[in-house]
Amino acid sequence: MTKGLTKINLVALTFGFAFLYVPILILVFFSFNESRLVNVWGGFSVKWYGELFQNEDLLQAAWISLLLAAAASTLSVILGTVAGFVMARFTSFRGRTLFSGMIYAPLVMPEVITGLSLLLLFVSIDWGRGLGTMIIAHTSFCMSYVAVVVQSRLVSFDRSIEEAAQDLGATPFKTFFVITLPVIAPALVSGWLLSFTLSLDNVVITSFTSGPGWDTLPVKIFSAVKLGVKPEINALSTIMIAIVAIGVVTASIVQKRAMVERQRAERMAAAAND
Amino acid sequence: MSMDRDAADRPTAALITHEDGSFLEKLEMRLRRGRFAFLAPAIVGTLSLFTGRGAVIALPYGFLLAFFLIPFLIVLKISFSETALSIPPYTELIEVVDDGFEYFVNIKLNLSNYWTILSEDTYVRAYLNSAKIAAISTALCLLIGFPMAYAMARADETIRPTLLMLVILPFWTSFLIRVYAWIVILKTEGGLLNTFLISIGVISADDPLRILNTEWAMYIGIVYSYLPFMVLPLYANLERMDMTLLEAAADLGCRPIKAFWVVTVPLAIPGIIAGCFLVFIPAVGEYVIPELMSGDNVRVIGRKLFTDFASERNWPLAAAVSVVLLMILVIPIMLFQRQQARLQEAGR
Repeated sequence: MTKGLTKINLVALTFGFAFLYVPILILVFFSFNESRLVNVWGGFSVKWYGELFQNEDLLQAAWISLLLAAAASTLSVILGTVAGFVMARFTSFRGRTLFSGMIYAPLVMPEVITGLSLLLLFVSIDWGRGLGTMIIAHTSFCMSYVAVVVQSRLVSFDRSIEEAAQDLGATPFKTFFVITLPVIAPALVSGWLLSFTLSLDNVVITSFTSGPGWDTLPVKIFSAVKLGVKPEINALSTIMIAIVAIGVVTASIVQKRAMVERQRAERMAAAAND
Repeated sequence: MSMDRDAADRPTAALITHEDGSFLEKLEMRLRRGRFAFLAPAIVGTLSLFTGRGAVIALPYGFLLAFFLIPFLIVLKISFSETALSIPPYTELIEVVDDGFEYFVNIKLNLSNYWTILSEDTYVRAYLNSAKIAAISTALCLLIGFPMAYAMARADETIRPTLLMLVILPFWTSFLIRVYAWIVILKTEGGLLNTFLISIGVISADDPLRILNTEWAMYIGIVYSYLPFMVLPLYANLERMDMTLLEAAADLGCRPIKAFWVVTVPLAIPGIIAGCFLVFIPAVGEYVIPELMSGDNVRVIGRKLFTDFASERNWPLAAAVSVVLLMILVIPIMLFQRQQARLQEAGR
C-alpha cells in the first residue's frame, strides 16, 4: 500500500479512539476534583468518593443492581447456551424460523417496546413487580447475546471429538457435559460477562418492570443526571469504569495464558507423536 | 414399497428423537400390543417432547415464547382497549355478560388509539423525526466507523487484537456514564468545552456555545454510544477480506483509490448492512439519549411512548404507539434477522 493511505488510516484511528476515550478520561480526571464545579480545578481530592460511600440510598441501589445482574446473567447463560446449541446443531425442526427470529430480534428491538410489552404481560397475569420480574425481563434480552456468542463458537467447533466420545459409548447428554461444555466454556464466560454489563447498564426496561423500592443504580443515576451534573456521579462512574477495566484486562490476560498453555500442550503432543 | 413399510414399522419415538430412545421404544411396543394401540403414537409423541432433542429445544423456545412473543400479543390486545381509571388502567376487551337468561360474549375493538396516532400531528411528526434522527445517526456512524474499521483491519497483525479490545472496552462501560461524560463536556454554563474555548479566547464568555439541549448534543450522544456497533461488524468483514483480490486489481492497473471503491466497498456490503441495522433499528426507539441531551423541544417517538405510559398513564395509547413503531420496524428487523442467519450459515 502507498504511504498516503497509511497516514489516512492513522488519522482515522486517532480520531476514532480519541472520540471514544477522551470523554471517559475527562470524567475520571474530574472525579478527583476538590471543587464542586466541574469546570474549575480545585486541587486533588477523594472527598466525592467519601460522600459516595455515605450515600445509603445509592449503595442500596448498587446492591440491587449487582444482585439482579448476577441472577439475570446466570439465567441468561443457561438459556442462551441451550438456545445457541439448538441454533448451531438442529438445522431443521418445525418452527426454527420463528425461533431464530426470537433470538435475533431482541438484539435490535427498541427498549421501550420490550419494556412496555413485558410490563403489560406482568400486569395482565397479575405478577407483582419486583426483583423477579426484573430478572425475567433482563434475561429475555441478555440470553440472545449469549445465544449468538455460543452459536458462533459452536460453528467453529471440531465435532470429531464429540463423535469420538459417542463412539466410545457416551450418551449425547454426557458428551455435551464432558466434551462440548468444557470446550465452549470461554464463550459462556464472555456471555456471562456481557449479560452482566448489559443488565447493570439497563435503564428503560428496568423502569418498566421494576416495582416500588426496587430502584437500580442506573435508574438512580438517570434521575440524578436529569437534574444536573454532580461530582458524586463522577466518582461513581470512575469506580464502575475501573471495575470494568480491571475485569477486561484480567480476562484477556487469563485467556492469553490459556492460549499459550494450549499451544505448548499441542506442541508437546505433536512432539510425542513423532 | 418395502422402504415405506419399514418406516411405518419403526416406532414413532425413534423417528422423533433421532437416537435410540430405548425407554420410549419399549413403552411404545408395549402400548401397541395393548388395547389402546391406536393411541400409542400420540402418547409417545407427547412424551418424546420432554426427552432428548425435544426438551432441549423446548426450554429456550418456551421462555422466548412466554417472555418475548406473547407479550407482543398482549400489547396488541391492549392497544384496542380504552383507558380507564382502574387498576390496571384499561378496559377489558372481552366481556362476558350473563343476564340469567342468555350468555353473551362482548368483544369491543376500540380503534380510537390508532385514530389518535394517525390524526394527531404530534405523533406523525414524532415518528418521522425519529426515523430521520436514526437515519442521520446511522450515516454519521458509518462515516466515522468505516475508516476506523478499515484502518484496524489493515493494521499490523500483532496490534489488531489490542485495537479490537479498545473498540469493545467502551461498550463494557456503562452507556449512561458515557452519555453523562458528554453532558459534563457540552453543558452551556460551566461545561468543559465552553470553559476551554473561552480560556483560549475563541469565544467570549457572554456568548457560549449552546450545544447541550439541542439536536446536536443528541446526535453526538447517539453516534458516540452506537459507534462500536458499527465498527465491530465492519471490522469482522474487512479483516476476512481476501487481500489477493486487491493485488490482482493492482496488477491489472487499478489505482488504490479505485480498487477501494470497486473491490473493497462491494465486498464489505454485508458488514455495512449489519452495522447499519444494529445502529438504525434501536436508534429509532431511543429514549434515554434524547431525554438527557436534547432538551424538551426535540420530539421523538420513544419519549412520546414513555410519557404516554408514565405521566399520562394512558397504557392503551402507549401500546398502540409501540404497535405502530413495531410495524414500521418489522421489515428492517426481519431483514436483519435473515442476514444474521445467513452469515451464521456461511460461517459453518
